[in-house]
Amino acid sequence: MINKQVNSVHDAVANIKDGATVMIGGFGEAGSPIELIHALIDQGAKNLTVVNNNTGSGHVGLAALIENKRVAKMICSFPKSANSFVFPDLYTKGEIELELVPQGTLAERIRAGGAGVPAFYTATSVGTPLAEGKEVRNINGRDYVLEFGLTADFALIKCLKADRYGNLIYNKTARNFAPVMAMAADNTIVQTKEFVKAGDLDPETVVTPGIFVNQIITVANPLLESVLVNAGKVYP
Amino acid sequence: MSELEVKIGWDRDQMAERAAQDIPNGSYVNLGIGIPEKVVRYVPAGREVIYHTENGLLGMGDAPAEGQEDPELINAGKKLVTAIPGASYFHHADSFSMIRGGHIDICVLGAMQVAQNGDLANWSTGNPDAIPAVGGAMDLVAGVKTIRVITQHVTNKGYPKLVEGCTFPLTGAGVVSRVYSDLAVIDITPEGFKVVELAPGVDFDYVQERTGAKLIAS
Repeated sequence: MINKQVNSVHDAVANIKDGATVMIGGFGEAGSPIELIHALIDQGAKNLTVVNNNTGSGHVGLAALIENKRVAKMICSFPKSANSFVFPDLYTKGEIELELVPQGTLAERIRAGGAGVPAFYTATSVGTPLAEGKEVRNINGRDYVLEFGLTADFALIKCLKADRYGNLIYNKTARNFAPVMAMAADNTIVQTKEFVKAGDLDPETVVTPGIFVNQIITVANPLLESVLVNAGKVYP
Repeated sequence: MSELEVKIGWDRDQMAERAAQDIPNGSYVNLGIGIPEKVVRYVPAGREVIYHTENGLLGMGDAPAEGQEDPELINAGKKLVTAIPGASYFHHADSFSMIRGGHIDICVLGAMQVAQNGDLANWSTGNPDAIPAVGGAMDLVAGVKTIRVITQHVTNKGYPKLVEGCTFPLTGAGVVSRVYSDLAVIDITPEGFKVVELAPGVDFDYVQERTGAKLIAS
């Protein structure tokens, strides 16, 4: 019987190796799989390349992963949100690499990676510093920049409900990057608020089909990044 | 400008209100962070406008009532919002397909500089010490059919934001069609900046003195 549940968040992240590329879902705190990120800090893998829209806030979650020197490179669109100090500090000191990608290009690169599309042309960033050094092609009278698909060894994402096959639905705008990251990673690890019986999710409303999911752990009452940040928490 | 100089022209809300007058009934609209967010409050009665926020919601509503907040229901500025009846959620690649595929009618953004040819700079000063952050701005200006800007006419230090050519790194080239400043409504035309409306109590010369490029009177 297929059952992608694992026993703990620590089991879920056990195979992430030094140097891995890890996509982490979330836009700000919405959709951030904070328990999986904390388990990854405990696990100790370092020299990671992390793909996320932002760089976390305060000293918990993604910011804590960065603060504990596990991340060699960030691929993101907006690395300096409110309450984001850890990444800016390390970046200013030259201790972490940044690949800045426009948000839509980032999403499309992840989708392309997951769909087996190695590269695509887009009008986004044409004529700007972010297009420097990239191939530009004129198609039907308009210039487009060549961008490459993005894949990862692992994706860490959060959802609202999952079944044993890995069919997923999400909560509101917490969906953000998770469905495309699930497609683009070799090994997609999901923390779900609720685990349901196969058949409980209406096939018409499944957002991520189970084929894109490898491991599921239930975290019924996930921590909220903003609550931890406001309380001044530091992980670990 | 002296700090003692009496402030004339439109305030932030009046700029947003003026911009809202130009949003047609039935439009799909994306609003940038800052003054553009205020446009929602001023869309004239009788018009229905659907707001898109690029983190994955079409049909964005007002801020939630106390007790109704969901930290997983936010806008692109990471502020708490609501979803209207008839709203939809979607993932980022779909959200940016709405933008890059030309499905969003109007985007109203803030600006650091707008050039007379429509070039927009609103993401970086180019200062090597700054942390670069672009978000969805480059996608919006490349993909949305009509790009408008709401901005103060000059910077805090009094430098013009409407210029002959942007000195800051571009967000997009030749993308802006209209600017709402505290002093005037200005169109970007093939001939350059054209003043289409002056704020009450503001005359053409006053605006010209605060603009880094030649203005055309309407």
